[in-house]
Amino acid sequence: MTKAFEPCPMKLSLSVGFKVLVRVARPIEMNIHEYQAKALFRDNGVNVVEGIHCTSVEQALEAYDTLNSQIVAVKSQIHAGGRGKGTLYTPDRSSIVMEGGVKIAFNREEVETYSTNIIGNLLVTKQTGAEGKLVRNLYVESGCAIAHEYYLAILVDREEKAVLIMASTEGGMDIEEVAENSPEAIHKIWVDPSSGLLGFQKRDLGVSLGLSGAALKSFFALIGNLYRLFIDNDCSMVEINPLVKSEDDEIIALDGKVGFDSNAHFRHRAAWDEMRDLSEEDAAEIRADEADLSYVNLDGNIGCLVNGAGLAMATMDVIKLYGGEPANFLDVGGGANEEQVKTAFGIILEDENVKGILVNIFGGIMRCDIIARGIIEATKSLDLNIPLVVRLAGTNVDEGKEILAQSGLNIHSANDLAEGAEKIVSLIGGGV
Amino acid sequence: MGIWIGEDSKVIVQGITGKQGHFHATKMAEFGTDVVGGCTPGKQGQKVDLGVYEVPVFGSMISAIRETDADATVIYVPPPFAGEAIMEAADAFQQVKGQGVIVCITEGIPTLDMVKAVAYVNSRTGVRLIGPNCPGIITPGEQGGCKIGIMPGHIHAKGRIGVVSKSGTLTYEAVAQTMSIDEGQSTCVGIGGDPVNGTGFIDCLAAFEADPQTKAIVMIGEIGGSAEEEAAAWAKDNVSKPIVGFIAGSTAPPGKRMGHAGAIISGGKGTAEEKFAAFEAAGIACARDPSEIGVILLGELVKAGLRSE
Repeated sequence: MTKAFEPCPMKLSLSVGFKVLVRVARPIEMNIHEYQAKALFRDNGVNVVEGIHCTSVEQALEAYDTLNSQIVAVKSQIHAGGRGKGTLYTPDRSSIVMEGGVKIAFNREEVETYSTNIIGNLLVTKQTGAEGKLVRNLYVESGCAIAHEYYLAILVDREEKAVLIMASTEGGMDIEEVAENSPEAIHKIWVDPSSGLLGFQKRDLGVSLGLSGAALKSFFALIGNLYRLFIDNDCSMVEINPLVKSEDDEIIALDGKVGFDSNAHFRHRAAWDEMRDLSEEDAAEIRADEADLSYVNLDGNIGCLVNGAGLAMATMDVIKLYGGEPANFLDVGGGANEEQVKTAFGIILEDENVKGILVNIFGGIMRCDIIARGIIEATKSLDLNIPLVVRLAGTNVDEGKEILAQSGLNIHSANDLAEGAEKIVSLIGGGV
Repeated sequence: MGIWIGEDSKVIVQGITGKQGHFHATKMAEFGTDVVGGCTPGKQGQKVDLGVYEVPVFGSMISAIRETDADATVIYVPPPFAGEAIMEAADAFQQVKGQGVIVCITEGIPTLDMVKAVAYVNSRTGVRLIGPNCPGIITPGEQGGCKIGIMPGHIHAKGRIGVVSKSGTLTYEAVAQTMSIDEGQSTCVGIGGDPVNGTGFIDCLAAFEADPQTKAIVMIGEIGGSAEEEAAAWAKDNVSKPIVGFIAGSTAPPGKRMGHAGAIISGGKGTAEEKFAAFEAAGIACARDPSEIGVILLGELVKAGLRSE
């Protein structure tokens, strides 16, 4: 990233873009597995029960022996919620293997059965979509005698522009449902960034959960440590559901979901790169990220290439308005060069569903003639044989259109976004 | 007139000795912005050539404002240092002038840095922060005008439409739409696509309502958060001028960030449909397609007796 910030050279090229100003190769969203979150908790004084990360049935059995706990939880590790209520399928999705991605095992045989059913199979939850996620990692955790379950989360409240701590006595439930049906059960405190989390706030929150005595003391310590963990690690979200009170009045994080603010990657490079699980991310999105492009794969058949996030979303919306379905979100940024345009075309074409492409560029600092050359270059080198509609506007638009018209390539031109969307939808023969 | 910055506002560029800061300072000066200096710690005393003129570099914002009597500053400082650059500018403006406008262009500032910076700015009541992760603010003049940011100056013209948007290029699209019906702009503000930012929609609507030059408003939102809903509810009771609205992201899937750090539908909240519904409930004329903004705006101007056809 330092490249973009070298002192200004003697002569500046006109094609300097502003996207490079601030982009660094980094995951768009940075989530970690539960077993990694638990390790982070343990290192930061947040109570967890003992657990062992495994990648095979043999390791799971070894873990059971090591933990020496009669009852253990066998937990699928994927970057998606709803694991407990999910369903495991064979990798070809032909048959159901087991209901529930988190199981309580009462003996060694059950550990073997459950881990066999989990590892190497597809877990479908309400957050994974129908395609599900292949489970490669497992967490075997000691059992815990639970007196009560709570919900606890720390996140950034964008409306209040402050860190928000949210707790509820309705642990183990879907928090959106609780918010909908019994909002009074959710207690919130906002942290003033200049003072940090104060003692009375921790106490009030604990008391509002009905805690007292040793349990309140335990909660007090946990919430302080968790808040510090959140700040020190640039988290975007920490969610513990359930947080439990054990029978001996200890407050313990029985689950752990942690997300990091990818903008803060520069502060945590080594630690985050080590925790990042690339197999949980979309391969095309990773490649786009490396090329400094912002890409999200969708279900439709019209590929889009746009500069600017807002305009890219609007382009998808208008495609839909004219009866088509967008195949992706793709923002090449304000200062894309020929090479990036070429990479962007390559990524769009990797998606076999794509039947046509709509390019929508509003040239600002970026000039339309440069974009036009990039499109021609990409079209030729990638041997593009599906319909392509290009809408150019802004700086040097006439030169850009002229270059496309003179190219002799089969590129359809549009004057505005609506015309562009209408053309590409009709060229591919209507909607999906 | 226009809002917050006038055609002749004096502007400092923080990070002027960097590649991006220098490039955009030059573009701003070419457009007619009165760039009065730059600020890069450790490089005080240097001069920077902006093509049309040279400006001095200061080592701190307090000295930059004292020496130049600047009204505004624009930040092109890389993300690790941008939060502190905002706070330095806020403190300096408050101390020296009791007021000032800070425009932060930088994309990719850690959210917790912005939580701290916004609280810091808010405690200095005369200071306004626009952005971060935004194209900036522009008040077009008869000749040139004041452009503080990265937007292409040449697509704008002085006029009576106020534009406020979370997006960059989509703002340019909205500007082009006003031009397509021969209307210019009073001021265009990009408030940025980050989850935690300074100036919001309501600040902009209030300022446009109070500005005599502004006769109608174009407001562009996007999925994520609830700023659009809150602004619509506020506008219903407080804005008499016609508003045309658009929300980007009707087709965005839940749980996925769409380029902007703030553009995400989470827990089923922040969808385009909810926002369009809030706009409609507040009497805001909605465009479902940004190419229609011009025609819809024309209709609203006619309805309000501001245009004859």
